[in-house]
Amino acid sequence: MNSFLTSRRVRGGLTGVAVAALVLATAACGGTTRGEDEGDSSGSGSSASANPDAEIPAGLKIAFLPKQLNNPYFAVADGGGEKAVGELKGEYSEVGPSEASASSQVSYINTLTQQGADVIVTSANDPNAICSALDQARSGGAKVVTFDSDTSPDCRDVFINQATAEGIAQTQIDLMADQIGGAGQVAILSATANATNQNAWIDIMKKYAADKYPDMEIVTTVYGDDEDEKSFQETQGLLQTYPELKGIISPTTVGISAAARYLSGSEYKGQVALTGLGTPNQMREFVKDGTVTAFALWNPADLGYLAAYAGAALSAGQITGAEGEKFSAGDLGDYEIGKDGEIVLGDPTVFNADNIDDFDF
Amino acid sequence: MALDTAPTPAGQVPAQRPSTSSRLRLLGTGDGVITLVLIAFLLVASFTVEGFASTRNTGFLLLDVVVIILIALPLTLVVITGEIDLSVASTVGLTSAVMGQLWFSGLPLELILPICLLLGAVLGSVNGFLVTRLGLPSLAVTIGTLALYRGLAFVVLGDRAVADFPRSWTTWAISSIGSTGIPVVVVPLLVLVVITGVVLHATPIGRALYAMGNSEDAARFSGIGVHRTKFWLFVVTGVVSALGGIYWTLRYGSARADNAQGLELQVIAAILLGGVSIFGGSGGLIGVIAGALLLGSVRNALQLVNVPSDVLNIVTGVLLIVAVVTPQAAAWFRGRRRPRVRPATPKSAPP
Repeated sequence: MNSFLTSRRVRGGLTGVAVAALVLATAACGGTTRGEDEGDSSGSGSSASANPDAEIPAGLKIAFLPKQLNNPYFAVADGGGEKAVGELKGEYSEVGPSEASASSQVSYINTLTQQGADVIVTSANDPNAICSALDQARSGGAKVVTFDSDTSPDCRDVFINQATAEGIAQTQIDLMADQIGGAGQVAILSATANATNQNAWIDIMKKYAADKYPDMEIVTTVYGDDEDEKSFQETQGLLQTYPELKGIISPTTVGISAAARYLSGSEYKGQVALTGLGTPNQMREFVKDGTVTAFALWNPADLGYLAAYAGAALSAGQITGAEGEKFSAGDLGDYEIGKDGEIVLGDPTVFNADNIDDFDF
Repeated sequence: MALDTAPTPAGQVPAQRPSTSSRLRLLGTGDGVITLVLIAFLLVASFTVEGFASTRNTGFLLLDVVVIILIALPLTLVVITGEIDLSVASTVGLTSAVMGQLWFSGLPLELILPICLLLGAVLGSVNGFLVTRLGLPSLAVTIGTLALYRGLAFVVLGDRAVADFPRSWTTWAISSIGSTGIPVVVVPLLVLVVITGVVLHATPIGRALYAMGNSEDAARFSGIGVHRTKFWLFVVTGVVSALGGIYWTLRYGSARADNAQGLELQVIAAILLGGVSIFGGSGGLIGVIAGALLLGSVRNALQLVNVPSDVLNIVTGVLLIVAVVTPQAAAWFRGRRRPRVRPATPKSAPP
């Protein structure tokens, strides 16, 4: 029962409920404090230890709050969530602002709190700005799962990480090695020179390639600054500077599509391999015309699917968000919670001519 | 109509104003109507929308409109004089960014706050200088500074966010009075509302603002320092917007350059919905407050019944158009079009 210490707000809220109930009872209008009532019961449940055998109750209200609505990436992710909620016999809803701003997410979190949502699955526009609203939701009994973009760890129960840096880096090197037979010159076309994610991946790629494919030589890294035009020109420059170049890895969706566009219109089409991180929709034509054999990205639908299962497991008390707890996520199999409440989706999905038409994002 | 104040010399007005005519004005114009609409909506929503009438939801609702009402206070005065300030939300953003950067560089908050308010005064005086000294239209000037101040905010903070503000400050920003659910910031806000209301409705300055809005020439001939008054109104708007920026930063616990993007439209929507004429010269503060609360309540209630955000925007837009069109249409039916521009010339002639 740590809630006595942690949340004055709960107690304040309950007194408020009492007052409101009095006022509303006289007006013969009940039910307005439902969220708060539920909040109290499941809120105290969170301090109990995990019970891996707990049943997931039917009718859980699982709400998805993406960074913004009408964004294809989140539409696919939330679609995965909807599928999972269907399997769990819960009530799925998707709400969100029409523009990706932190403050507008807050008012939607408040609404979900008020509606008594059991699980809020969100991707944060700002790691801190939605914290106090999430705190309030959690003291109202909701479980909070973040995916894609995390909040500060103390504002949510678990975070679904799309992939580890190692997984992303190794998948791309393995794909390249497959396509060039594990030997030859390879260049990297990155985003900006100070892009944190890309730099971390590139470091791991270099080490991993040196260990596993000693005949593969990473000759240079160039930066397209995540601009289509510049990435296009950098690709051109690479092929002129390194006539022996066997392949290009572009760990950014802007870079890979610009490079593919250049290659598909040049004499190097089919001669120089290209892989990296891209979305099926932007890469489809280049896979079909033979410019690109295979590329990778995590599958956002799986991300949403896993997030929904994690939220349900939290709400049922199967897990509490502590390191080492395990739960089952339907078709995706079993998952274990890592450090800081992180759950890693797994290795990125590889897209090629065989499966690319199954994806639309 | 406030129109009758225009030809009267400003000094004589307060004596007769607070009598019966002001009460009649309150009931007869947008002020009263929008207040009635607000009360009716709150009653209907309380009984039909699950979760609307609770202390917690009251707190959520008020927190969402606090900054809008705050900035609407000085901006209402600006609009009544016939000017506009579209740069208020960018001032919020720039203040927030500067506040974040200064905090990041290690300055104490007690020092940062006055610096931010001073910054607001400077930003407002830039608007005021361009409008009153150079005689440029405020619409054009503040569209410019809207972009300029937002751009500067990104120069200051880029796409970073500064979020490690002290917990005691950020929790104060969202805390409520006891168990009422009413945020504590409502108290200082009410003080500002009362001050603004008194200035607007019970002092010569307030009368002068209406006079300016109806006919700047007439006001000038009556001895009102039109330029000086407008300049200081822009400065005050800048300071209050900066105050809004400080509060916004603490309320969300995050200083960002894109904070409050688009807020200016919500503020202006509240002002227009509250019955203030965009051409200046008429409207009252009670209507504006009611307008802001109505917009916030409609949004809140529709969210609670799961209306998607796109539809919310449509509803807000329609509401606004209805609010602007209704009084015009009513006046038209009564056979007298709003004598907005035409009377200005004949009336300024006699003195």
